[in-house]
Amino acid sequence: MLSYVVRRVAYALPIMVGVSLLCFMLVYLAPGDPLVSILPPDASAELQRQLMQLYGFDRPLPEQFVNWLWRAAHGDLGTSIATGRPVASEVLNAVGNTLMLACVATAIGFFFGCLFGFVAGYYRHSALDRAASLLSVVGVSVPHYWLGMVLVIVFSAKLGWLPPTGAGPGGSSSWAPDWAHVRHMVLPAITMSVIPMGIIARTVRALVAETLAQEFVVGLRARGLRDAGIFLHVVRNCAPTALAVMGLQLGYLLGGSILVETVFSWPGTGFLLNSAIFQRDLPLLQGTILVLALFFVVLNLLVDILQGVFDPRIERS
Amino acid sequence: MQQTRIRMTSLAAGLALAGLVAALPGAARAESTLRIGMTAGDIPRTLGQPDQGFEGNRFTGIPLYDGLTQWDLSKADAPSALIPGLAESWSVDANDKTKWIFKLRPGVTFHDGSPFNADAVVWNVDKVLKKDAEQFDPSQVGVTASRMPTLRSARKIDDLTVELVTSEPDSFLPINLSNLFMASPAHWRKKLAAVPASVADRTERSQQAWTAFAADASGTGPFKMAKFVPRERLELVRNDQYWDPGRRPKIDRVVMLPLPEANARTAALMSGQVDWIEAPAPDAFEAIKGRGFVIYSNQQPHVWPWQLSFVEGSPWLDKRVRYAANLCVNRTELKELLGGMMAEPKGTVPPGHPWWGDPKFDIKYDPDAARKLMAEAGYSRSKPLKVTIQTSASGSGQMQPLPMNEYVQQNLKDCYFDVSFDVVEWNTLFTNWRKGAKDPSANGSNAINVSFAAMDPFFAMVRFASTKAFPPVSNNWGYFGNDEIDKLIADARTTFEPKALDAALAKLHARIVEEAPFVWIAHDVGPRALSPKVKGVVQPQSWFIDIATMSMQP
Repeated sequence: MLSYVVRRVAYALPIMVGVSLLCFMLVYLAPGDPLVSILPPDASAELQRQLMQLYGFDRPLPEQFVNWLWRAAHGDLGTSIATGRPVASEVLNAVGNTLMLACVATAIGFFFGCLFGFVAGYYRHSALDRAASLLSVVGVSVPHYWLGMVLVIVFSAKLGWLPPTGAGPGGSSSWAPDWAHVRHMVLPAITMSVIPMGIIARTVRALVAETLAQEFVVGLRARGLRDAGIFLHVVRNCAPTALAVMGLQLGYLLGGSILVETVFSWPGTGFLLNSAIFQRDLPLLQGTILVLALFFVVLNLLVDILQGVFDPRIERS
Repeated sequence: MQQTRIRMTSLAAGLALAGLVAALPGAARAESTLRIGMTAGDIPRTLGQPDQGFEGNRFTGIPLYDGLTQWDLSKADAPSALIPGLAESWSVDANDKTKWIFKLRPGVTFHDGSPFNADAVVWNVDKVLKKDAEQFDPSQVGVTASRMPTLRSARKIDDLTVELVTSEPDSFLPINLSNLFMASPAHWRKKLAAVPASVADRTERSQQAWTAFAADASGTGPFKMAKFVPRERLELVRNDQYWDPGRRPKIDRVVMLPLPEANARTAALMSGQVDWIEAPAPDAFEAIKGRGFVIYSNQQPHVWPWQLSFVEGSPWLDKRVRYAANLCVNRTELKELLGGMMAEPKGTVPPGHPWWGDPKFDIKYDPDAARKLMAEAGYSRSKPLKVTIQTSASGSGQMQPLPMNEYVQQNLKDCYFDVSFDVVEWNTLFTNWRKGAKDPSANGSNAINVSFAAMDPFFAMVRFASTKAFPPVSNNWGYFGNDEIDKLIADARTTFEPKALDAALAKLHARIVEEAPFVWIAHDVGPRALSPKVKGVVQPQSWFIDIATMSMQP
């Protein structure tokens, strides 16, 4: 087992270095000036040269990469050019906010996705099925930033029921589990939940339909089980796959949605990336992408190791 | 196996969630609170030299800090004039025009209680100009040094007198100094002392002190910093000890929120989440007014032009073509397209401005005259002149570049122009602006569309007209200039009496308009929407606005 774990970690290491190299290089491939956020366009060429020197952007790229990687390996993702704040703390705060929003959105998506999926699958080819299927197709197809704007117009601008932006009356640093703060999360969470809802609903519908067609269901009926009892068996059979899909969707949402977080000014990783891109804040951009990418690498590594623990056949293969 | 892997993924994410649920205490809000939705994607820097362009100066510069000089923001019906700030008076040395004496205002204290004096001025100049000073901060250099390009050093003469030295005689210095905000040296030193001893590197210690200072700033301005949540909100409270009794704030607390998306800002206003938004979504103006909000706008020194190329082979070398383009833009209709949110330019500054100068070329809509000029230059409907404009699809201060450019494209078609666009990303356009029309980045374009601030003479005129400002030195992208213009610039720079300086700049402006190195298309009017509860609002002819003189109706 130990050799398996060591092997998996050894496989992950070059991936991490590759991811780091990609993060570092991608932002350099885009045209523009890395100091644009602190150097106005009217700055002289001499001043620009001086600052390039002071920030180390005049050094060869390989040297810059090695320095950056060395610091990143020690938990130092550098300092944001635009704000002067440590990138690590900026990213950490943003990841926390995105995690909170993503979990709520996934929970909403899972609940309604399962509801629509079970109803559609259980009452196949009925009006209920068509309505639930339509909702799930809409969920998958509708551009969520557009939906976000519509929700804001209706529930914030017109009705004034819910706030359209921000993480709470005092910002995310003073977040508390009370209605004053939770109400700020309602619209972005609903907006973000729509895609997972659609995907889960379609998956669950297919699973329910497939399960209902299996012989053991006929057997259950033959043994005199009522619909409610049969339903419980169906749920139990569908649950693992539905949960797995939910996990996958949560993973996607954890990357943060640039569009949704920008529409709602939600201070997560998407909003942070948006700011970093528009300010061309290279250290912040590199740090955020690196953390998100490594998050998935580590998650995959954990999954691989845990699968090996639970299923020894994987280790052998 | 795939299902197991997916389940593990969700399990790991769930574990991460468990660590997240951390509740923090909420914040109370005082009465008389003004909440502002900014266009910036982040709180502009609070350490004294804001970023995010002039929106930064507007919201985290002027309310928190003062400069030696400042803009008079009390009038809406005249261009903002330069007035004394933390300096009561200034004069240039009669024998050596590179030396200036500034007499400082007595009795001013920083928010932390430390005194403002000549030492503080020297310290603040050194923070951006003296590389071996402990407070030197490269991140503040760009936005500051570029706005006072000739300042070289500062020297204390006595507690209330300071000498500033420039690299060459420069009468623009007092205007430039409105961009240098005075941060508290004593407060910064406290932050430096609090940096852990384990941080040994001098530069790193200084940087950490500035980061701490930005989170708990101290200036001399009418508002004091109360709460700062990076990227989310900045709260200021009024400074009852402010040195100017006329600008002691009436509002208890000001909350600033970065809301970069125009529709989100508009919704925040309509839902009552904020009382003031910058740049509301243009198509929501009627709805905003219908709800009782007030839209303020005024001509501001913000020019939206096409800057023309004068390099060899450029069609704009023919003055008739330059004039024709200026005469063929129907600015009145363009204004309608923008819901009235632009002013029709007659030059870089408007008539009535001290630098106007009454140029002989009248910029107006006269397509017949334009066509005549184009015919004389050898162009016709069947033989149009092909020009390419480099622009961006969006960007700070760019207003609505695509619809505006497409509108002008249609206008110019009637005057035998065949206009095409090279649309690049905003930061790329900025970078290309410095490289000039001869650089490959121009990509065949013979004009560039970058809007600019025209608050001071250097940024309004000199950098686009001086032969010394050819790329890569500054923004004379099109290589426009000649000996006559250079002489007018030199005359202005060495004219130190304010009225005479205005007259010299007026001559320069008139000649620039007559030479038409731009197609002047629009001036921005800086629209903002406010709740009717906000009283005493004066929108000056400036990029800035004074929050200190406003009040809130309960």
